[in-house]
Amino acid sequence: MPHKVIDVQNVVIRFTGDSGDGMQLTGSLFADTAAFFGNDITTFPDFPAEIRAPQGTIAGVSGFQVHIGSSAIYTPGDYCDVLVAMNPAALKSNVKWLKPNATIIVDIDTFDKKGLEKAGFTTEDAFAELNISDRNIIAPPITTLTKESSTLCGIDPKSGVRCKNMFALGICYFLYNMPLDHTEKFIRKKFAKDPALIDINLRILKDGVNYASNIQAIADTYIVKPSKQKPGIYRNINGNKAIAWGLMAASEKSGRPLFCGSYPITPATGILEELAIHKELGVKTLQCEDEIAGICTAIGASYAGSLAVTSTSGPGLSLKSEALGLAVMAELPLVVIDVQRAGPSTGIPTKTEQTDLNQALYGRSGECPVAIIAPHSPSHCFEASFYAAKYALEHLMPVIILSEGFLGNGSEPWRIPDINDYPSINPPLIQELEEGEPHFYPFKRDPETMVRRWALPGTPNLEHRVGGLEKNHKGAVSSDPLVHQQMVNERAEKVARLARLIPPQSVIGEQEGDILMVSWGGTYGHMLNAQSQLHSDGIKVGLAHFDYINPLPLNTEEIFGRFKKIIVFELNSGHFANYLRSKMPQFTYLQYNKIQGQPFIVTEIIEAINKIVK
Amino acid sequence: MKFTPQDFKSDQEVKWCPGCGDHAVLAAVQRALPEISEALGYSKERYVFVSGIGCSSRFPYYMKTYGFHSIHGRAAAIATGIKVANPTLSVWEMTGDGDSLAIGGNHLIHAIRRNIDINIVLFNNRIYGLTKGQYSPTSKWGTITKTSPFGTVEHPFNPGALAMGARGTFFARTLDMELQLTQEIMVEAAKHDGTALVEVLQNCVIFNDRTHSIISDRDVRADRTIVLQHGKPMIFGKNKDKGLILDGMRLKAVTIGENGITTDDLLVHNAEEQNHGIHIMLCEMEWPELPVALGIIRRVKDRTYDDMVRDQVTELANKSNIRCMNDMLRSGDTWVVE
Repeated sequence: MPHKVIDVQNVVIRFTGDSGDGMQLTGSLFADTAAFFGNDITTFPDFPAEIRAPQGTIAGVSGFQVHIGSSAIYTPGDYCDVLVAMNPAALKSNVKWLKPNATIIVDIDTFDKKGLEKAGFTTEDAFAELNISDRNIIAPPITTLTKESSTLCGIDPKSGVRCKNMFALGICYFLYNMPLDHTEKFIRKKFAKDPALIDINLRILKDGVNYASNIQAIADTYIVKPSKQKPGIYRNINGNKAIAWGLMAASEKSGRPLFCGSYPITPATGILEELAIHKELGVKTLQCEDEIAGICTAIGASYAGSLAVTSTSGPGLSLKSEALGLAVMAELPLVVIDVQRAGPSTGIPTKTEQTDLNQALYGRSGECPVAIIAPHSPSHCFEASFYAAKYALEHLMPVIILSEGFLGNGSEPWRIPDINDYPSINPPLIQELEEGEPHFYPFKRDPETMVRRWALPGTPNLEHRVGGLEKNHKGAVSSDPLVHQQMVNERAEKVARLARLIPPQSVIGEQEGDILMVSWGGTYGHMLNAQSQLHSDGIKVGLAHFDYINPLPLNTEEIFGRFKKIIVFELNSGHFANYLRSKMPQFTYLQYNKIQGQPFIVTEIIEAINKIVK
Repeated sequence: MKFTPQDFKSDQEVKWCPGCGDHAVLAAVQRALPEISEALGYSKERYVFVSGIGCSSRFPYYMKTYGFHSIHGRAAAIATGIKVANPTLSVWEMTGDGDSLAIGGNHLIHAIRRNIDINIVLFNNRIYGLTKGQYSPTSKWGTITKTSPFGTVEHPFNPGALAMGARGTFFARTLDMELQLTQEIMVEAAKHDGTALVEVLQNCVIFNDRTHSIISDRDVRADRTIVLQHGKPMIFGKNKDKGLILDGMRLKAVTIGENGITTDDLLVHNAEEQNHGIHIMLCEMEWPELPVALGIIRRVKDRTYDDMVRDQVTELANKSNIRCMNDMLRSGDTWVVE
């Protein structure tokens, strides 16, 4: 009987299994296939910190959620339509993410006594125990079938069984009528040196497709039609890569070579790794002995004339804070990227959070303001890092990019921009003394922007000293009380005046009225979905989502004045809300906060607003 | 263009204590730079002096060159960034025993391990001077200071041995009052491709006065130190009658003419020996058993980090078809939406 093919607007698939089961790869392949097919997508890897936690346990479960749609997709989805669970632990820990009518795909071979025990089941029927016996469950003996196919291909079943993720992927491709060609191409490229592995992987993938087409459990299949996207060349991009590329674009635009001093730390390492690949474009990377050396080598490179950056996560930012103060004091351009993770201390390294905002705003000794930009989606990381670099270079100051694990590892299709459409970057470089200037005065400022001039070592006649000690405009060390006051004021003013250059804050939805939802950073997609759903429910709310944290856009106060209630949503205990209170105390700020190492789900945002409306 | 020491003196008032050993090092460096400039063809704007925190770290302010007075312990990392970003600069790190061997120990050993082409001048006075007299990582066992009122109970670092352990390619030692020797060493350090660590045994006249005087006092210096010269027999002493031999696994001081010892029996210094075994032994010589080694103890050729970074970039840029960001963004897995 031919299957009926049903059109659906969007679908959420969650691939879960042991951390060694290849779920990140499986999910990425599905996402890429959907993107190539023309769907809009957003992905969300959700994995443990351990590389190989004890097999079969809840602690070792790794997940990758992908949301595909025939219209714009802004979040990886709250709940899933399909859950792939390669073992009982994966099923148990992800059952909470199932939609009521979700399809569940399991490898039933793993639901033996040992597997069930490891996952903490107390009976032999895991589905009954989880109260999901009535769901649409597809339960092939994937391990057995994979081993059989391996033997037929002349491959040791023990090695062959490592491809069992391909079987599950095949079922999903069948369910959603997706082409296999992208995955086939990937497999041929990845195993080019070992044709036997190409054979077995392709065979298992097709086994999965065939199995799905033969069983009665699948009555209908679905199709998510390509979304109407703006014409252009597209690619998938994650936030870490986008940050790296934005910096490279800024380097090209400014003519300043890119230097990255860094130290590996989850979830920011991808930035250093990506930059390390691109030596062909002149990028220099230095994997340092520690986080402090990461920022200090960057400060050195900045002094020598590079676009200098350092990448890290929360604990690394703590280690860098003294040196960040030096960059503020020496007035050197520097981009510091913090891909936030759940803290404090080591916290939950692979989980996302927005809990470093206070640290970014206030975590330094002395009067030490730093500009802060927060990207709002994986592809927006490109814009954010481009402008962070532009402002750092043109204003000779550090800029912090507050990214999040959710953005760094998450991916979405990105319409590739033309670099010629981006603005030029003009650092205040100086080649010779100005007329009538007897010596180079390193801290003489442009009265409009408060920016000093940048003389690079190697430039004749501009020899000067910079450093951590307070200095006067001439560059001489000074402990004069009034000089200190003046320099503190000027450094703060330089950051504040950046507000004149950044774009005005926009409001999505209602432009005035009862409720304004306020948010920043990686929660954008969820906030946007919530706003649009509330709008369809007839609840009038505006959404002000901030990319620029310090300084705030100049029209912020005016926007807040147009609404009766302001509610600030963030994945911390209220850092942004408190910051807004300190800047604009005339308004009352309600808060919705979550600190679980997980992104918002759209429904909780809607519920929070509904409570206020009632 | 020829320079004089005067060309490298800044207009800032030198604020070290009268009698501090730092004055002599400043003078030696200011004398060395014209010689270096002539030997290597460096113009004045190519010099960058970087420092951390401590008395010696005020050094850059007194130089009429580019300078960066940074934060405690991090000068090696900042100097590394400067040199990698612009390998044409002549980068000098001025640092102390607290700055480089305590808080900045990690950066020091990694700079040396990478063999980044910078010159590190380590002022070793075995005390924290700027914080007014606490023991340092080079203070001798039992040193009594404000924070060790009953004497320290920890081993000091030997900077030379530490550098060798980190696969250092250049190590030299001098005394603050030996201006001529210091000047010569600075020139050699500048000529060396790779990390050149120069330890200056320097006197803190206020908090650790005469810490080196047991070997440095004028009347005993020749008998209690040995200035090593590459390719020359290891001879020392006021009367040039003492020398060093290898006795089993140990170095031994001998007197020429006694027990049938002749100049031919003495070790001949080879600073360019790749194996650093004997160089470490020379670094660790201590009076009264042995004379303290001065001069260039080790100077071997190796590739430098900054050169290799530059070479990789050049090689890959030449090989790649990707010339700009627009090329790069459109390479790899992309698709077209019509």
